[in-house]
Amino acid sequence: MTGKMSIIVVEADRDRGMQIAEGLQQAGEFDVQVISELTHLAQEIAARQPDIVLIDIANPSRDTLEELALASGPMDRPVAMFVDRSEAGLSDAAIEAGVSAYVVDGLHPARVKPVLDAAIARFRMFQRMRVELAETKRALEERKLIDRAKGMIMKARGVEEEEAYAILRKAAMDQGKRVADVASALVTAAGLLS
Amino acid sequence: MRTAALSVGFIPLVDAAPLIVAQEMGFAAQEGIALELRRAPSWSSLRDMLSFGQVDAAHMLSTVPVAVAMGLGGGGTPLAAVSVMSVNGNVVGVNRVLEERLRGAGFGFDFFDARAAGVALSQVSDTPLRVGVPFPFSMHAELVFYWLASLGPVAEGQIEIKTVPPPLMAEAIEAGEIDAFCVGEPWGSRTVEKGVGALLLPGAAIWNFAPEKVLAVRQDWAETERSLLFRLIRTVWRAGRWLAEPGSILLATELLSRPAYLDLAPELIERALTGRLTINATGEERDTPQFVEFARGAANFPWRSQAEWIGHQMALRTGHDPAAAREAAAQVYRTDLFRAALKGTSADLPGASSKIEGALDADTAVASAAGRVILCRDRFFDGRTFEPTG
Repeated sequence: MTGKMSIIVVEADRDRGMQIAEGLQQAGEFDVQVISELTHLAQEIAARQPDIVLIDIANPSRDTLEELALASGPMDRPVAMFVDRSEAGLSDAAIEAGVSAYVVDGLHPARVKPVLDAAIARFRMFQRMRVELAETKRALEERKLIDRAKGMIMKARGVEEEEAYAILRKAAMDQGKRVADVASALVTAAGLLS
Repeated sequence: MRTAALSVGFIPLVDAAPLIVAQEMGFAAQEGIALELRRAPSWSSLRDMLSFGQVDAAHMLSTVPVAVAMGLGGGGTPLAAVSVMSVNGNVVGVNRVLEERLRGAGFGFDFFDARAAGVALSQVSDTPLRVGVPFPFSMHAELVFYWLASLGPVAEGQIEIKTVPPPLMAEAIEAGEIDAFCVGEPWGSRTVEKGVGALLLPGAAIWNFAPEKVLAVRQDWAETERSLLFRLIRTVWRAGRWLAEPGSILLATELLSRPAYLDLAPELIERALTGRLTINATGEERDTPQFVEFARGAANFPWRSQAEWIGHQMALRTGHDPAAAREAAAQVYRTDLFRAALKGTSADLPGASSKIEGALDADTAVASAAGRVILCRDRFFDGRTFEPTG
């Protein structure tokens, strides 16, 4: 097989899809297309006949791609396969990063590797961003909860902020819980009583 | 005994119950293991998680280890089905348009007679009838094919099977992408609840005793981790027995509905466990014996003949050699491991490892190690039987 390899990226979030495409373009000369519309996915991919299909493991539409293995008869392009025997560790790395790849049978592993490497790098970045975002959000929410709980204690007991926090922290330590959890319980209880 | 942690993948379905119960009700702890349950987004992902060692074991479609052995679909790591986790538990349903047409034609929705339902459906449906199933290689797909093909008129091109992940089935019906579906509970009930579908048949009406989910592991893992494997098999077997007790339904329902598991209303989950399903938007209910079985009738025994049936059917459908498929299939259902794991427990296992599928009209006692074990009715709707090779 010669010429540019054609790659399809299946990603419902168009921006994210474009970022993956960009990452791939930096890794080599590829013809990259992004599919964001997930209805009729299998038919669309079959029609475009790509060499490689990349899809997020968390995407439930991935199961429809399994049909590709059935759809192609002997005269069609070779069966699409999950990249499994191409290179030691590569598939594991891909799965860990959250990307699955369907590769046309017979494509040389050496040609697949740079594509997967680039995709893995992008997906890892997304993973980090997702974790960071979730953590930041959680921290912010906990901060807000603790502030509200502190405010309640200050008002109810007529103490300063620092002492209010000390009361919260002691309660948490006594119960073997996190300060945020005690704060949350207090706020919830107060909500029920008011 | 030191507690060993095992990671086990599952798909949010009622029949993941044995794993959830095993962990939550302490059956795992009893065997000195802890199950780290990981919810997977799709069957292909779960199969790959298992293939590449991200999980040690998985709640798996009974067809997938066979499909892998036949080289169908992705995933090349050989898998073993070491026990059957559940039998039956699927429903066949239609969209509201077909429901109205069926009613108009005088069909009574008895939720029982697969032949009558199939004939009525083929009379009112446009062609091709688009049927959603969760996975190209699934009992759902095999049941739909067996059912409609057996009725004759379903020739080439008259039905179109489309893959739709279970949690998206209601949306696919609503969006008009499919006309009918076959899916595991509670996702069929959810289409009723959302007012977009009506239930036509339980899967059990097509085959009374269809192996639905298996406990699957990698074959090499089964060789190297014998002790852990046997503990896991016993754990899931005990959880299944507990689930089969009527008194367990309420608690099991609550456990399954938790956010980490199915994250759905308990009312929806309870229907499958009681076998009393609401079949349409007007709230009509139907009772189904053997709607889903977790233990009764030696349900957990991985009959080689069940694997052969799966291999045979899949081969016919995909143009493979049926004899080769049967042989490959029989080897992935590991009766030997199941027997070895349950040795020394109170489990009474059948003497044979293969049987004629579809031959039992009623619950029947057969020879076992300790005397006799009761097998459940296992008829196919068309009365045919399947004779295994092995």
